[in-house]
Amino acid sequence: MQIACKIRRQAIGADQTTVAPSFRHLLGIESLTTGQISFLLEQSKIFQAIQRNPLKKLATLRGKTVALAFFEPSTRTRISFATACARLGADTMLLQADASSLKKGESLLDTVLTLEAMKPDAIIMRHASSGAADFAAARLDVPVINAGDGTHEHPTQALLDALTILDRKGAIENLNVTIVGDIAHSRVARSNIHLLSRFGCRITLCGPGMWVPRELESLAPGIRRVARIEDALQDADVVMALRVQQERMNEPALAAEEYILLYQLTPERLRMARPDAIVLHPGPMNRGLEIDDAVADGPQSCILEQVTNGLAVRMALLFHLVGGPNATQSGAPQTGEGPNAAD
Amino acid sequence: MHIVEKRQVLSAEEMDRTLQRLAHEIVEKSGGTGSLALIGVRRRGVPLAHRLAHSMRAFAGVEVPVGTLDITLYRDDLSTVGAQPLLQSSEIPFIVDDRDLVLVDDVLYTGRTARAAMNALFDLGRPMRIRLCVLVDRGHRELPIEASFVGTTVQTSASEIVEVQVREIDKQDRVMLMDRVADRVQDSPPGNRS
Repeated sequence: MQIACKIRRQAIGADQTTVAPSFRHLLGIESLTTGQISFLLEQSKIFQAIQRNPLKKLATLRGKTVALAFFEPSTRTRISFATACARLGADTMLLQADASSLKKGESLLDTVLTLEAMKPDAIIMRHASSGAADFAAARLDVPVINAGDGTHEHPTQALLDALTILDRKGAIENLNVTIVGDIAHSRVARSNIHLLSRFGCRITLCGPGMWVPRELESLAPGIRRVARIEDALQDADVVMALRVQQERMNEPALAAEEYILLYQLTPERLRMARPDAIVLHPGPMNRGLEIDDAVADGPQSCILEQVTNGLAVRMALLFHLVGGPNATQSGAPQTGEGPNAAD
Repeated sequence: MHIVEKRQVLSAEEMDRTLQRLAHEIVEKSGGTGSLALIGVRRRGVPLAHRLAHSMRAFAGVEVPVGTLDITLYRDDLSTVGAQPLLQSSEIPFIVDDRDLVLVDDVLYTGRTARAAMNALFDLGRPMRIRLCVLVDRGHRELPIEASFVGTTVQTSASEIVEVQVREIDKQDRVMLMDRVADRVQDSPPGNRS
């Protein structure tokens, strides 16, 4: 599913024109252009500043409604989106897997059509099946934001990770990025690989063989798979530890003790990376499993900044998908505002 | 519809003199510049605010801080303007609490920008006072807002446009009055009338 993309000229004030790359849905990083990613990150910086205001709530999206459709349990992503909506003044309606008619056998299509019939201005969707957000976007008129679909993509996580890297490193271009863990089942890793490789980052994947299959190399050019974590961390600027999903540990091939022994991110191992390397984790953390307390709470950890940046990224995204005049019509080029329109 | 120039409202020299006068007025009527700060409203309010601060430094030897405000998030017409909203950063390098603030903008028209700017400032704190300084007041207010400091007043019709050009953005200083003119279907030449 391609993101409908139009470059639209916008007039600010009397005569200045600025190009704002606009898109209707956010389904994945893969279908975004580099320009669109940069644009979203730039705009997110403005919302970062708002997180520091004494009064953080805006009325910008007053009267708008955003549906949060969480077909799969989620705490932090849901709260982050709900808070982003609240800070922009939008109302939210929440559909949660355990309390919905999904349990009564309603199809995904019927559920999203029902949500759309309540006339929200956007639908934020989390689903256990890869491609669920694309499926919904192809059938709905309302903008769809993918909040994680199966093992496919989690675009807002990759954007908030990029924003965190941008803050700490000054740029996201040409960094050495090491991702450790269950890459094969991680939509976070997949979105991050798409995003960071676009900016010339050299990506190293590390983890148990069954979690780092050769196919991952085809995601982007130049991806390395390295077996030993000590080698994988060599010269890393950014280290990303993924959450080990406990249910996958039951596979007889791998025990938790073995994972800790071979892949846990410890202070000793982190010393292989550059001295100014930063540590990211999408959360929620299994302390003592994929990451040691001393790393999670150490000076190189940006894990809480990631959470704060998540708000900024989601506010920027909601503002651009819901704040404009075209929330319910596709992106036909429109005329810029007239001179002296605001004043 | 096309836009035609009607007349020049201010030349570069007149604009400079007007800004000098406004700077004097602001200092005179502020009862001390200790807590005074200027807030330029993006875009053309920003260079104007810097010029006011510059002339205050020159004639009064005072350092008046200048902030920059983008009011996009506070506009009341976001869902009706015909373009994707594009945000620019607001940079206010001082605490607004208990400050004597002067909002600086190029044109005062409906008053909606000033309203939005005040809302934005209140999200940052509780200023002691907010006053408004504009280069041109063109009338047609839609809100109970007036400027404390006005460079010049121009009588306009709703179809007219006051265009302020500043050298920092437009390469030259001047204020023009423009008009929107409907494109008429060409009349037939007089000789062909029967």
